[in-house]
Amino acid sequence: MCRVRCAHHRASRCAQRTLRAIVILLSLSLPLQAADRVVIGSKNFEESRLLAEMFAQLLESRTDLEVERRLGLAGTQVCFEALKSGAIDVYPEYTGTGLVSILGEQAKGGPDQTLNRVRSEFLRRWNVWWLAPLGFENSWEIAVPKELADREHLSTISDLARVSKRLHGGFGHEFVGREDGLLGLERVYGLQWASVDHLQQAIQYQAAKRRDIDALDVYSTDGRLILYNLKVLRDDRDFFPPYEAAALVRGETLAKHPEVGSVLGLLAGSLSEDAMRGFNLRLQEKHESEVVVARDALRSIGLVVKEGSIAEPVSRKPGFLAYLWSQRRDLGRLTLEHLGLSAAALLLGALVSIPLGLWLERHRRWAEAVIRVLGLLQTVPSLALLAFMIPFLGVGIVPAIVALWIYSLFPIVRNTYTGVRDADPRAVEAATALGMTPGQVLRQIRLPLAAPVVMAGVRTAAVLTVGTATLAAFIGAGGLGEPIVTGLQLADSSMILSGAIPAALLALLVDGALGLVERALRPAGLETRG
Amino acid sequence: MPSEPILEAAGVAKTYGDGTAALAGIDLAVSPGETVALVGESGSGKTTLLRTFNRMVEPSAGAVRIEGKSVADLDPIVLRRRTGYVPQDGGLIPHWRVERNVELVPRLLGWDAARRQERAREMLELVGLSPEAHARRYPAELSGGQRQRVAIARALAADPPVILLDEPFGALDALTRLELHRQFLDLKKTLGKTIVLVTHDLAEAFRLADRIGVMRAGRLLQLGTPEDLAARPADPYVQALLELRRV
Repeated sequence: MCRVRCAHHRASRCAQRTLRAIVILLSLSLPLQAADRVVIGSKNFEESRLLAEMFAQLLESRTDLEVERRLGLAGTQVCFEALKSGAIDVYPEYTGTGLVSILGEQAKGGPDQTLNRVRSEFLRRWNVWWLAPLGFENSWEIAVPKELADREHLSTISDLARVSKRLHGGFGHEFVGREDGLLGLERVYGLQWASVDHLQQAIQYQAAKRRDIDALDVYSTDGRLILYNLKVLRDDRDFFPPYEAAALVRGETLAKHPEVGSVLGLLAGSLSEDAMRGFNLRLQEKHESEVVVARDALRSIGLVVKEGSIAEPVSRKPGFLAYLWSQRRDLGRLTLEHLGLSAAALLLGALVSIPLGLWLERHRRWAEAVIRVLGLLQTVPSLALLAFMIPFLGVGIVPAIVALWIYSLFPIVRNTYTGVRDADPRAVEAATALGMTPGQVLRQIRLPLAAPVVMAGVRTAAVLTVGTATLAAFIGAGGLGEPIVTGLQLADSSMILSGAIPAALLALLVDGALGLVERALRPAGLETRG
Repeated sequence: MPSEPILEAAGVAKTYGDGTAALAGIDLAVSPGETVALVGESGSGKTTLLRTFNRMVEPSAGAVRIEGKSVADLDPIVLRRRTGYVPQDGGLIPHWRVERNVELVPRLLGWDAARRQERAREMLELVGLSPEAHARRYPAELSGGQRQRVAIARALAADPPVILLDEPFGALDALTRLELHRQFLDLKKTLGKTIVLVTHDLAEAFRLADRIGVMRAGRLLQLGTPEDLAARPADPYVQALLELRRV
């Protein structure tokens, strides 16, 4: 009797502790609603990160606000959803993107018309403000290798249309899918290609250099245009809308902290395309940190930030091991974040899946349908699932945990269900025939026999979770995906590996550790000896 | 039969949802202390009939009575704890040691540990296993014959008046089977239990049973002592079966 009670006490204490841990984890991850905090977001390419870093440094040095950075969010939709939901307060956006991608309107008119249109619509619909443009346009352009342009006498996109049937296009993923990108461009100019490849932006330039592709989409401020000897073709039919860069800010943030508007307003009209190309080149090819380049950019327009408020960045050119060593602090933090994310998702997964698996074993007519639905969820691409979370949960750790949690359900539910269902049917039958109640059979026979199978499911889920958690960086949840995502953008393999290798090691480690647990849970007597 | 039957099937039928009839009206009365063997090929309904006795199968029609009471009125859990059961493969719980397996029903009945342990030793000795050598082993560490002995010890542990055995010796090699037959006859003599034994082996039935029921396609073709059967087969099938045995 006492043993039962003590065990019960222990179990409830343990459950309380677990619950508390989860609550702490969750509260850490919720966007803190502290009154004096502003969250700056950016998309996952260099210029967006640079502008966001400039916003952040400027606000840090000219206001008392605490500034949090959520840089490298995956694309326009993720950023804008994050802004609407309040997960971030500010991010740099382009007027053309606002008009076409967010409002879904046709591009027409010049820069002023476009700005006025997005300004009034964003205010009306979402109370989101476009601050004064920063002074440069980063519109899409089509570029071809200079040598090809000379040979074929290409200076406009119309010229390109004449010969494009013989050419290989290589375009970024976002460009290919957009009405103001390749789709519209092909229609307006009647472009047809010998073939079209979808490439990562950083790879396009390499591909053009090797002449694997003959034409690519570029941004007008891209520093690599000069470096790779590319010629930008004139948009002679004014297809591409104007893409003026500006800060996009939540109205609520401006109401609470008007200084955000006035300080960021200092940047109005201060950056030229030439200057931006120079800064971008430093980021893209010299692999300088955006922290340094942002500081230099602010300096160049006379907005010196307080010395010492920004950490000195490390050089990114040493050997890989030296690089890892120089990053050990960050990597340690990221590993902990990664483990925390995975553990929280897995714990929640087990808490739901094991009881669900047991329930299904008792209500078998539901089993197939439920397991099939969970299996279907498993096939949703991770990035898509993460993106679906944003309208409901914003960006950051919470949606990441929820997405990882969803992935952990299937293996655990399936293994719990089949493990308990298939536990030694002859022993179960004999125990029942000798007068055990279904509950006794479950607790004393099915569960102990199924424990290793359940644990194998948990183990599969754990490895899956640790692996998938690298994608959480796309929605700003941190973890070892951060250097991977950034590294992909910068085509910096040291940086990619500095995230990928620890993530892989972590997965192996977790697998090994849970393998030991699985062995320990295997009931005695199940190994046949001799 | 002189005394009141301890176990009785009256018009017991079992029809499944898809219309197949596993049992088509069986009448059978077993006297206390008697061993009845049910013989037939697979699909004859012998196991189904056996399982109606401990309510592992609910009949669609007819009544099963144990000690004069209809089993339908008994709590199946209580009924099963009072009825010994030995399946073909022993059905031992693989992650329990031999002693714990034998103590299964006494535990369910809430016996104290000392009494359970005492009883388990006693039962192991009864089936010819030394408690010292075997009590602490796991089923996987035993031979097939030893496992079957443990299953019999487990069935006897709570001293039930009725024991049901479903092909208990079917999976054993010939020598082990002979040895267990001998032991079975000893136990039968010393314990005086009422036993229903399902087997497809007519020779086994002749050796072990007081009366034999021959089943086919859900019917009880003939019920009688081995001598009755041998002298006066009531059905061509029984006749054929007996001839097969002689070969």
